[in-house]
Amino acid sequence: MENRLRVLRAERAWSQQDLAGRLEVSRQSVNAIETGKYDPSLPLAFRIAELFDLPIEEIFVSPSRRSSKAI
Amino acid sequence: MPRTIAWKRYNRRVICLSLAYCAFLLPAVYGFKHQLVPHSLAYLVAVLPALPIIGIFGAIGRYLVEEQDEYVRMLVVRQILWASGLTLSFATIWGFLDNFGLVGHADGYWLIALWFIGLGIGSLVNKLTLGDGGC
Repeated sequence: MENRLRVLRAERAWSQQDLAGRLEVSRQSVNAIETGKYDPSLPLAFRIAELFDLPIEEIFVSPSRRSSKAI
Repeated sequence: MPRTIAWKRYNRRVICLSLAYCAFLLPAVYGFKHQLVPHSLAYLVAVLPALPIIGIFGAIGRYLVEEQDEYVRMLVVRQILWASGLTLSFATIWGFLDNFGLVGHADGYWLIALWFIGLGIGSLVNKLTLGDGGC
């Protein structure tokens, strides 16, 4: 799933390891989410949203909305 | 694989179970080889080395329950699926070859070794398909 995690992290000058520590997950998890190779569960997506103090949809791009835009 | 708390616990359990496996297997092999095992205890002594191996399967299940990192847990589940798929496929093919007399009969416990090799292959597939995220 496309997302703005890398941008949000860069704005705060956090490394992947920093973000992983704040979310209590592995650095590999952060990397996999950032690169769109893994879609986080709803609880983890909420944790990410709460950490950045943003609604989920401002971090993760809805696949259905993305495809409807493409049409 | 990231060294999570659950992973460290799993490793400790597997080390203990491996030591138990050696402790049961070596006397069993020696006992049967030198005909020291009484008939009444033969089944028990023969089955004892299998118990720690079963324990390792239990430890893997426990690890999946205890692992808090959902991505890492998913990686291990993928490894298990690869290991199980490969082992069952191999056993099916070998079974038919054996039935038609084209290969020799193999001891069933080799499937366990194959399953653990399958875990390694699953780990490699994770690495190749998920890159750095595949750990």
